[in-house]
Amino acid sequence: MTKEYKTIVEVSGPLIFLEKTEPVGYGELVQINLPDGTTKRGQVLDTSADMVVVQVFEGTVGLNEESGVVFSGETIKLPVSKDMLGRILSGAGEPLDGGPRIIPDKRVDINGASMNPYSRMPPEDFIQTGISTIDGTNTLVRGQKLPIFSGSGLPHNEIALQIARQAKVPGSDEPFAVVFAAMGITNEEAQYFMEDFEKTGALERAVVFLNLADDPAVERIVTPRMALTAAEYLAYEHDMHVLVILTDITNYCEALRQMGAAREEVPGRRGYPGYMYTDLASLYERAGVIKGIKGSVTQFSILTMPGDDITHPIPDLSGYITEGQIVVSRELHRKGIYPPINVLPSLSRLMNSGIGEGKTRDDHKAVSDQMYAAYAEGRDLRGLVAIVGKEALSERDRMLLEFADLFEDRFVRQSRDEDRTIDDTLRIAWEILAELPEAQLTRIDNKYLDKYHPAHQKSE
Amino acid sequence: MEVNGEIYRVAGPVVTVIGIKPRMYDVVKVGHEGLMGEVIRIKGEQATVQVYEDTSGLKPGEPVMNTGLPLSVELGPGLLESIYDGIQRPLPVLQEKMGNFIQRGVTANGLDRERVWEFKPTASKGNEVKGGSILGLVQETKNIEHKIMVPPAISGTIKEIKAGSFKVDETICVLTDGTEISMMQKWPVRGPRPVAKKLMPTKPLITGQRILDGMFPIAKGGTAAIPGPFGSGKTVTQQQLAKWSDTDIVVYIGCGERGNEMADVLNEFPELEDPKTGRPLMERTVLIANTSNMPVAAREASVYTGITIAEYYRDMGYDVSLMADSSSRWAEAMREISSRLEEMPGEEGYPAYLSARLSEFYERAGAVNSLAGLDGSITVIGAVSPPGGDFSEPVTQNTLRIVKVFWALDAKLSQRRHFPSINWLTSYSLYTEGLADWYSENVGADWTQLRDDAMDLLQQESELQEIVQLVGSDALPEDQQLTLEVARMVREYFLQQNAFHPVDTYCPFDKQYKLLKSITRYGEMATAALEAGAPMNKIITIKAKDELAKIKYEEDFDAALDAVMKKMDEEFAQIGGN
Repeated sequence: MTKEYKTIVEVSGPLIFLEKTEPVGYGELVQINLPDGTTKRGQVLDTSADMVVVQVFEGTVGLNEESGVVFSGETIKLPVSKDMLGRILSGAGEPLDGGPRIIPDKRVDINGASMNPYSRMPPEDFIQTGISTIDGTNTLVRGQKLPIFSGSGLPHNEIALQIARQAKVPGSDEPFAVVFAAMGITNEEAQYFMEDFEKTGALERAVVFLNLADDPAVERIVTPRMALTAAEYLAYEHDMHVLVILTDITNYCEALRQMGAAREEVPGRRGYPGYMYTDLASLYERAGVIKGIKGSVTQFSILTMPGDDITHPIPDLSGYITEGQIVVSRELHRKGIYPPINVLPSLSRLMNSGIGEGKTRDDHKAVSDQMYAAYAEGRDLRGLVAIVGKEALSERDRMLLEFADLFEDRFVRQSRDEDRTIDDTLRIAWEILAELPEAQLTRIDNKYLDKYHPAHQKSE
Repeated sequence: MEVNGEIYRVAGPVVTVIGIKPRMYDVVKVGHEGLMGEVIRIKGEQATVQVYEDTSGLKPGEPVMNTGLPLSVELGPGLLESIYDGIQRPLPVLQEKMGNFIQRGVTANGLDRERVWEFKPTASKGNEVKGGSILGLVQETKNIEHKIMVPPAISGTIKEIKAGSFKVDETICVLTDGTEISMMQKWPVRGPRPVAKKLMPTKPLITGQRILDGMFPIAKGGTAAIPGPFGSGKTVTQQQLAKWSDTDIVVYIGCGERGNEMADVLNEFPELEDPKTGRPLMERTVLIANTSNMPVAAREASVYTGITIAEYYRDMGYDVSLMADSSSRWAEAMREISSRLEEMPGEEGYPAYLSARLSEFYERAGAVNSLAGLDGSITVIGAVSPPGGDFSEPVTQNTLRIVKVFWALDAKLSQRRHFPSINWLTSYSLYTEGLADWYSENVGADWTQLRDDAMDLLQQESELQEIVQLVGSDALPEDQQLTLEVARMVREYFLQQNAFHPVDTYCPFDKQYKLLKSITRYGEMATAALEAGAPMNKIITIKAKDELAKIKYEEDFDAALDAVMKKMDEEFAQIGGN
């Protein structure tokens, strides 16, 4: 039944153009047989009665007009099964760990379908990552998509691993899994992740998809979709809480741009395709919690901002889709502070639904707001001090200045294996806030001051 | 009317078909699954169709059916409390039909055909009616009376009008020429519904948000834009507006936004209580949710679906507020489709007709006298999400050319947790003058003065801040230090408002007035004390001032304010000078 067409009329970059085919479906998976006996895979991008355009995943090296093309009649599907846990797969879903092929429980279209917003449950289960700058001021909740915005040479991988190791919902022992998708990262980085997974035993509960820097760029476009398909399967059919780590989104977008250029599309900002927002949304939006289903998909992606520029199209469009961002700061990193998370541009949009009484603690929001306000003002004052000197500051300003230092040193800084509980985090917060005069704590209700302020504790 | 053809080419959401005898914007059903789409270009035999659903697997040669009708919405009782996608398919029905994920090729009626409504006629046999005339009433929800109107293009004399229980598509009225009218009418979304006359907006939309009502008001029937870089609190501000604004009907369009946030809206709205009636807010709300990962063509249609529903209620004489979150996502949908059509791009890849489409949309807002002779209004509040927070980009710029109010959200303010993080220096409202009469009648004769003084103070503060940046605040003369202090009070006590605090989330105008007045009062007393020689540190550290900071959270505001102001008087008396 499978017909092989030898009607290639043009090969251009990763694209091949064919004539005189029978009707071919849009998005169909394609196998290409080269004259030397090797095969490559591709996907239909444009189909009409006269011409079919196929994008080839493994690159078009060696392809010529002699090559045969076979259309599979279906879109790209990932075989999924619970046995995927503990496996390492290529960016196209083939086993890389020498193990057997996965015996599929079912085969799922990797593009997924969009979740009916009406079926979604608003995320509200607090995830404790053990990192104060996240738990305390940019709280992560189950079902959220919260990327790390980082830059080259910053310790985003360490932070991601620390979170993968420590993340838990306090007081819950529901099954969890990690799905890790590497897109265009170096072999060295991949090794670093794998070693850590093996060392901590996390690999048993992980599915790993590796598309490395020297793998074809086009494959990068399917890698995250495979990973998310696996994650959705584990979450919604096996009731697991899945943490998906996608790294690095920037490489993914570069691949998208490369494809757009090959298709000779009209480019948008900085040459990225005009549909990049929709395309990224089709990845990021595959996170969430469904009413009546126990499992959840939480996304924690890594994105390196080119030139540390948060207005670059990749972080910019991502920020419009994700529910906040954790921003890693070069300045703090240079000061030797780990994790160098700058809380000011960081944000968790779902924080308010994940904190408070019964979830973390009643004073959480007030404390977080107060620290934000004081730290922001303190940091501004640093600029002023550089001009006028400390002596010219008012008493209030001097205190805020000291608070900013204290905040970075005590609250932000922690060691790589320090797993702080939310109570630890809030305790530290109150300790440093207590250094400010009480009248300045205008964001905090009196009842919380009475209940938690260290000065009031002593008097009792 | 229906014509069948076939698919010629598929490239993403854009499908070329042949043999359907298309007219522009006809709705077509594409492929074996009957995916819904719209004709957006005709060239010879070929018609280009934008498809509202995922096109994976579609093949050339599959059948296409032209319905011969433009994209329309169903209007009638049952719109309220509904949750739709961008093309008016009720999401709960889709969930029932296909589960938690939206599959393809499912159709669902915008209005429930089975539900029975109690129709009470107000017109009677022999009455002359024309388009927009009211035939009768249906109690749609507890507090909203749905007025059944004659569809715009129809007129004649009533031959028969019924009373009793009917489904939306059953005939309730027959005209002498034999025209049958049901409670449901259809209207093509891309054109505005007719009105008798457009009016000047003269009443403010009360939102209970101090910086909006107090500083940058919008009139009922006005247009506003909220641009903001991501993370500056745009969504929260819009949701606050939807919850608290004093309009009869709220239409909320989640256009290309986040699924989880939409879920939050969908979950929260049904639980919200309408502050005026104590009934669920949902009873006067229509939600349209088209998240960023739902098909891009349906996103493009969603704002039209929303505004057409808003116009329908306006025609009944209601004040409607429409939130579009976000119009940038809508513009991006246009860009994406335009680029698939290989149209010549304008600025930043947006189609050249971007500006025209935006102004057409915002022009559908306004205060009007409807065909039935009733006054209604649509207030449109559009969020804009400028990439990189850069207001010079085309969507923001084209929007600002049209709208009258600009609420400039500022990421710096939100980083300091100053909420709502609307920048008081760059925002503006062109309605303040037109509303001045209303204020002096309904708020206080000195309100406009109070507001202007506060704005002036904030302006002075920003100038002084520049000096402080250079020399430090201690180097300023005492009266200027006091200016800074009072300006800080205006910012922190008045402008800042906690959307999540049960009391502070809504601030009635009366309370806004008193709060601003007491801050001004402190400023006056402090200035007087300073002139009389009282020491600065004492003026700044009086306790009543710090208490004033928290007074907005008090449930019994008036009593608390009296106590604080009394204390302030006493303290000023003590430090002398008065």
